[in-house]
Formats: sequence, structure tokens, C-alpha cells
Amino acid sequence: MTMRMTRRSVLGLAGAAAAGLTVAGCGTSGPAGRGGGAIQLWVLQSDTENPVLKKRIDAFDKHSSVKVAMTTYVNDPYKQKLQVAMGSPNAPDIFFNWGGGNLAQFVDAGQVQPLDAALADHPAVAKAFLPSVLAGATLGGKRYGLPMSGMQPEVLFYNKTVFDAAGAKPPASYSDLLKLVDTFKRKGITPIALAGAQGWTELIYLMYFTDRIGGPDVVDALVAKKPGAWRHPAIRAAAEHCVELVERGAFGTNYPSVSSDNQAASKLLATGKCAMHVMGSWEYQTQVASSPKFVSGHQLGWVPFPSVPGGKGDAKNVVGVPTNYFSVVKGGKHVEQATRFLLDTLAGDPYVDAMIGIGEIPPVNGIKPKLAASKAADFATFCYDLVSAAPHFQLAWDQALSPSVGTAVNTNVQKLFVKQLDPAGFVKAMDAAA
Amino acid sequence: MSTGSAILSRGSRRRDRSPAGGVGSAAYRQRPGLGWLAPAAVLFAVFALLPIVVVAYLSLTEWNGLGAPHWAGLANWRTLLHDSEIPHGIRITVLLTVVSWLVQTPLALLLGVWSAGPQRHRAVLSAVFFLPLLLSLAAIALSWQALLDPNFGVPAALASALHVPAPNLLGDPHRALYVVVAVLAWQWVPFHTLIYQGAARQIPTQLYEAAALDGATRARQFVSVTLPQLRHTIVASSVLMIIGSLTYFETILLLTGGGPGDATEVLPLHMYRTGFVGFDMGYASALALLLVVVGAGLSVLIVRASGFARMDSDREGL
Repeated sequence: MTMRMTRRSVLGLAGAAAAGLTVAGCGTSGPAGRGGGAIQLWVLQSDTENPVLKKRIDAFDKHSSVKVAMTTYVNDPYKQKLQVAMGSPNAPDIFFNWGGGNLAQFVDAGQVQPLDAALADHPAVAKAFLPSVLAGATLGGKRYGLPMSGMQPEVLFYNKTVFDAAGAKPPASYSDLLKLVDTFKRKGITPIALAGAQGWTELIYLMYFTDRIGGPDVVDALVAKKPGAWRHPAIRAAAEHCVELVERGAFGTNYPSVSSDNQAASKLLATGKCAMHVMGSWEYQTQVASSPKFVSGHQLGWVPFPSVPGGKGDAKNVVGVPTNYFSVVKGGKHVEQATRFLLDTLAGDPYVDAMIGIGEIPPVNGIKPKLAASKAADFATFCYDLVSAAPHFQLAWDQALSPSVGTAVNTNVQKLFVKQLDPAGFVKAMDAAA
Repeated sequence: MSTGSAILSRGSRRRDRSPAGGVGSAAYRQRPGLGWLAPAAVLFAVFALLPIVVVAYLSLTEWNGLGAPHWAGLANWRTLLHDSEIPHGIRITVLLTVVSWLVQTPLALLLGVWSAGPQRHRAVLSAVFFLPLLLSLAAIALSWQALLDPNFGVPAALASALHVPAPNLLGDPHRALYVVVAVLAWQWVPFHTLIYQGAARQIPTQLYEAAALDGATRARQFVSVTLPQLRHTIVASSVLMIIGSLTYFETILLLTGGGPGDATEVLPLHMYRTGFVGFDMGYASALALLLVVVGAGLSVLIVRASGFARMDSDREGL
């Protein structure tokens, strides 16, 4: 049978394929069908943030000729969907992003509208936001995004009941942390909850240790893709600190299969099976939702990530997600109205107040009194003070770097935490991937 | 031995003949025209051949999915040669394939032959065995992930009831792959059982009657009648299993995400993460093409080596 597949029939197939291609081509070159008349806004799904945004959209729609249509996605599919849609007729007008390397690839492809001219007409808007946070969406001196969510610094949460029972105090320095690991291990409690099924949870340790030991310049070099940047001694030292924690038993043994998607680590902290959990500030809302009594009973404690004695980095520096941004797609049908929607909404009191109401900490100047009067006042003011006092707020590496290097660092840090790579091997692997 | 050499000599004789030699001209004229081939050929070309051609082109470019691909020549293929994940991915993929075959084939064969018989409760039990076939891949993977959760899953609950330390199943880099094999077996054995059941029912009963008259025990009948009669089925099922294990992907993605570390990162998962998490479409295309070539090559090899392609009858003389 196979022998009888002649050259002519192969050519015939090629012709059929070409015909198929033409047909397919017609399908996509037509006018943008879906919702061509509305401002398409794409954002991540959030049970708390989406309703706030929807209210502002409704308010905007009342006096605007063009309506805003909001579409929500979950995290990983969103990144894929956006990557595919950008530059096509199905691209949104306003899109959610993380700033940093994530936004930079779209800017490099010439697909994002600079907002400088619009901001110059509305100077109050630019002034409203914390400059360090606004800088996260500033690329090559141009502003490409406005903050649309709260600040998410990564901090050390702990279970006060477990700490009291052990007569322990939350750690201020790395050596405190090591001593606490031994204390809790003796009591049969896993010292630190770690959702190691995902690499980014382990990356938090590497990022903080790198910043504490080497300072922000080390990461700036990584982002700038300087040759050999990954071979900086601070990164190797940070990896060694991670391995020391692993070998000391800080995370127990089954952490590589604990998933962050089902809040397992948060439950371990709330039930006292683990004593500490280093996580983004969203952990607070997770705990409020899944273990409300744990929070209302004041058993959830928090402190900044411990300092590393002798390190060059400022112990007041923060790692995490400064905020998320909304950016406007260049060349869309509604660039002007989309920009106006962002300018009208994001720095306005109704939006900021509603965000504070759901426990977010908007990166807006002078909101401390409002935070102090909010439901989660103690945690919100802690975060606000932490970020306001921080000389540097480092965006999480997997977002700050390009997607391919971000993927590599998430994979390699997982290998580091299960000892498939030693610190030297980690540096070598990242050096090769960058 | 003698049968083996007979097959070999028959095979070599066939290869000596010209391809068209065996086709009688009258029979040839009666074959359906090429027009009948068109619908299948067009579908195959548009949805199988064309994408492969596009992937081959993309493998020579650098593209993150935005804008137009940049020509990169053989850069991706050079990366492929030096990617330390490739030997590791191949090792994991081969290990997964071999262990899966070793686990699934005997289970499916025995279950299939058993369920082809007339025993009591057979229909009820078979229906239970076939249940996993009705479930979606994602549902299976997520259910097993929840069942095997290291802190809140079944093993942890059992261990705490028995006052022993909880087993570290998916969290141990040396164990996770075998847990994946077990879940895959649970998922796929019913499918292959079904194939064996159908094939076992086709075996003529007179073979068993003759064997029984010659004094063959049940075990001897299984070895001397059932197994040889299922030869083609074993090949077909093995091809499906082996080619399938090259593309096992959803289950691993959802169950372990390739972890711990890269302990379960098979080649397809490496390709997916490169393409759809890292957005390095060019290199991911090179990986995809590698998988296509290896998969097609393996399948040709198995079909050739097993004599399946000759379409010999198992029923000669019946």
C-alpha cells in the first residue's frame, strides 16, 4: 500500500493542503467579529476584584457612547490566550498584566500604547500612585500601564498559637529562622509550610536571600540580560541558603507534592501542622476565606522576611508583586476611550475605596487613614508601612524576566529544592538558560 | 524455532518481489477509484500533514507567538543537541513507556481473556472494570491528585489512623514516576482490556476443544492457543500503548506538573512548557518534530518487527 503512494499523489495532497490554507486564511482575515463595538477588557478571574471593577464599568457605561465588555480568565490560560490574541484582530483593548518582562515582550512587539501623553493631560492621576509601583510598567522611559490592583508583598506568616506553645518568637534574622526550624522539628511540627508542587513558591526564598545577600543590583543585571549575571556569588549563596533550609528539614519531606492551587499550605498553617508560611499578602484573604476563625481569633501573625546578617541588601527591601497593571493595546479601535476609562477609574476614590473594602492595599499615596479604618486594618497598615519604607520593591523574578527564562528559573529552583541540582548546578543551569 | 524461520524466509521472499507484482490486473481495476480517497486525504492533509509542515518551518525560526517569526536557521536544532533536559526526558519517557507496557499488557490481557468468558458475575464486574473509560482524562488526574494529597489525601488519613508516618508518594523524586505509571494503568487498562476481550471472543472454540482432547490444561490452553491467536491484538495494543506513552501528557501535567523537580518531565511536557509557558515556539516546534519522527519511527519499527504488516492469517487451515 505505502509503495503505491506516488509522487503525483503526494503533489495532490500538497495542493489540497494549499487549498485548505487558503480557506483557513479567509476565515481569519475578515473583520473582527466579536464585540467590535465595545471596549474589550481582559482581566484575571477574582471573586473579590471583578465585582468592584464591574461597578466602575457600569458607572462608565452610563455616560459613554462606547461600553466596556469585561472578559475574565484564570492565570495560565490567560497568558496563552493573550499571547495568541495580541497582534490579531481578536486582541483586547485593555489587558491585565504583571509589568516587567511580561509587559516588555508586548511593548517590544509594538503592541502597547504609551500613556505619557494622556497622563500629561491628567497630572493628578500620575501623582496619585506610588512612584516605585508606577515604575513597574515604565519601560524605556515611557509609561505603558496603570496600577489596577493592590500591592502584594511577600511576607512571613506564622501561627501564633503554635509559637506560644513552643515559647518562640517570630524570626528577625536567618539564624533565628534556623533555630526555630530545630525547635519545631523537636516538637514534631513541620517548621515551614511550602507548596513545592509549583516552583514560584520556592522561588520566594531564593529571591529574598539573593536580595538580602547581594542587593537589588544582582537582579537588575539578570533583567538586563547581562552576560554571566547568574554567576553572581550572591545567587549561589542564596541557593546555598535554600539548600541549608531543605537539609535542615525546614519544609518536612512531602513539600514537593503540596499544591498551591488547593490552598493546602494555608490549611497546614491554620491547623497548626506547620508553624510558618512565606507567601504573598494574598495569603491573608485566603485565610479569611478558608479559616475565618484562625484570623478573627488573632492567631495569624506576620513579620517581614528575616534579614541575613552580613548581607549587602537592605533588610527593609521587599519582594513580591508591586501591583498588577492595565495597559491599552496600540492600534485598537477604541484607544482613546479605553485610555479615558483607565484614567477616570483607577485613581478615583470610588475604585480605591472599594479595593480597600475588599482587603486590597492600592498603591496610592496617602491612603493610610483609610486603611486604618478598614476591616483588615492591622494587616493592611503593616503592608502599607512595609512597602512605603522599602527602598526597593523587587517584582517576582518569574514575572520580571522573559517568559522563557522565568519558566527555566521556576523549574530549576524546583530541582534545587529536591536536590536534583546543587547550588553550583543551579547557577550553571540558569546561566545556560539565560 | 521452525515456525520462526519459516516466517523469516517468507518475509525475505516477499521483499524480493516487486511491489506491484502480486496485484492481479483484474483485481486492480475493481478497486475503488482515487476519488473515494479524497475526503480522508483532504482531512489528513489539512489537519495532520500541513501542521507538521508548519511546525517544521517554525522549528527554523525564533518566535514567541507575537508578531512574525524570525528566521533562525538551525539554532533551535543546535540547542536541542545541547539541552540537558533531552537525555533526561528521553530516559523518563522510555522508562515510563517500558514500565507502563510491562504493567498494562499482562493486566489487560488477563482481564480481557477473563471477561471474554461466560463466567458468573462477569458482566457486572466487567462493567465496573470499564468505568475509568467513561471518565475524562482531566477528571481522572485531578481526582487522583486529590486522593494522593500528601496531607489531606487517603494515604495520609490511613497512615494517621494506623499511627505510622504518611507515605511520601508524589513528593519523592524516585517514586513519583511509578505513581504516575499506576494512575496511567488505572486509566488505560480498561481500554486495552476491551480490545483483548473482543479479540479473545473471536478465537474459534474448536481450537480449545481440540486442545482439551489432547489433554491440555487451562494454563496450557492459554499459552498454546489463546496467546498465539491474540498475537496481532497484542501488537495492536502494544503499538497503541507505546505510541500513546510518547504523548502521555495531560495526566502528568495535572498530577505532578513534571515534578518533583523534573522527575516526571517527559518529552511532551518539556515541549509544552517550552512552547506554552516559556513561549519559545521555535524550540518547542523542534521538540515536537523530534517527537513526531520518533513516534512514527517506533510505530513502523514495531509493525515491521512483529510481522503485523504482512497481514498473515492466524486462521490458516480452519
